[in-house]
Amino acid sequence: MLASLVGFLGDFDKAEEAAQEAFAIAAERWPKKGEGEAGGMPANPGAWLVTTARNRAIDRIRRERTLAEKIHLLPVPETVMDVMDEFDDTVIKDERLELIFTCCHPALPLEGQVALTLRALGGLETAEIARAFLVSEETMKRRLSRAKAKIKATGIPFAVPAAHLLPDRLDAVLAVIYLIYNEGYSGRVDLGAEAIRLGRVLAALMPDEPEAHGLLALMMIHHARRRARFSGEDLVLLEDQDRSLWDHAQIAAGRAVLDRAVALRGRGAYVIQAAIASLQTAEQIDWPQVAELYRRLAELTGSAVVELNRAAALAQAGDPAAALRAVDRLDLDGYLYFHSTRGELLRRLGRHDEARAAYRRALELATSTPERRFLTRRLAQL
Amino acid sequence: MQYAMMIYAEPGYAEALPEADREAVIAEFAALADDARCVTAAQLQPAETATCVRVAGGRTLMTDGPFADTKEVLGGFVLIEAANLDEAIELAARVPVTRFGGIVEVRPVVAR
Repeated sequence: MLASLVGFLGDFDKAEEAAQEAFAIAAERWPKKGEGEAGGMPANPGAWLVTTARNRAIDRIRRERTLAEKIHLLPVPETVMDVMDEFDDTVIKDERLELIFTCCHPALPLEGQVALTLRALGGLETAEIARAFLVSEETMKRRLSRAKAKIKATGIPFAVPAAHLLPDRLDAVLAVIYLIYNEGYSGRVDLGAEAIRLGRVLAALMPDEPEAHGLLALMMIHHARRRARFSGEDLVLLEDQDRSLWDHAQIAAGRAVLDRAVALRGRGAYVIQAAIASLQTAEQIDWPQVAELYRRLAELTGSAVVELNRAAALAQAGDPAAALRAVDRLDLDGYLYFHSTRGELLRRLGRHDEARAAYRRALELATSTPERRFLTRRLAQL
Repeated sequence: MQYAMMIYAEPGYAEALPEADREAVIAEFAALADDARCVTAAQLQPAETATCVRVAGGRTLMTDGPFADTKEVLGGFVLIEAANLDEAIELAARVPVTRFGGIVEVRPVVAR
């Protein structure tokens, strides 16, 4: 609803104001069933709200225009007037895609992009977003208004970027949604589900973009395993997870989305990660294939962390010695999982003293309680 | 709307470039200045030529050198007319120094 209004009015604040008015009218009228024309819930409440909000906004603009004519001040922006002339009650154009690209504009600070996306597209309340990111409501309110002010002052367009800009700008949108998904692990609001909802909207609006489907598939398959990832406070590794806790319907749905991405010849980073996640939910995991996909992902991203994952897959495929050689080439001394992976590989190779040293180093770097407990248990087992 | 593009670079960066690159930089900047959307473009003399001026108690005070003592210094500016920030950013990315470690700060101009 907000997307449609922002698109129509070209202004976040006016759109929010109009939406609030429409909700206030609805709250007053809808409960009055059977009291004539004005009472009761309309047949299509969503459309009713948008239309009412638009009409209210137009009334307001007309009032301002009359005032402007009287005092020769307050010019009404041309663009809004142009749209008003073509105004049609029955057609509510879907402008969410334009809104996504505006909210995720790289000229905005990343935290502003995230907050704005959740507020404008996720429909989360400011207080909810503040809770999810563990900041005060006041801070979040300021973050949102700064982002909105920058959009207005700098002329960030409300538009889908031109074709030659689209790849970079789509990457930025995907990164914001994935960031929201990953924040879901630490916050109190279910941002994981919210990110999936956003991913679904994006994939529906850009049906020919394989990476949009790739990201959606990745999030769905990961999210399907969330209940098995912890046992009480303890982190549970993939191989030890209780598969009956997995949401198998969601895994199947995620795989269908992945199929769509692959059919579109998707070869991007999100498609590959989704393919890996999909392979890892198979009854018998094809580890050589997982290692191969990590190799391609490393080629794309040049990331040492991806190389580390490739090494772990090599070990699972039955070659811990090759895996250790690959790990020891990496420059990741400050990275917790570098040391825990080394510890695991050394343990499998029977080099227990070195394994203990690696696990101790990992423990020094661990900050979360579940991670510390996991590493302590591993150390005790050696 | 109008945008100012303020160009920051390390002093002497152009002189340090190979001949061919230097010529390309000059040609690209000239092409940008000739773009219909460009209102005005100027390259500045080196930062050592700067004088900072302020007035206190009716007296004009001067100090030698640029206002901010930074590694990159303001080396030029371009005033453009663009439809929106995306168009302004595309023009900013055409300022040659952006390929050689320099930075262009894009700011909307207050409408009058």
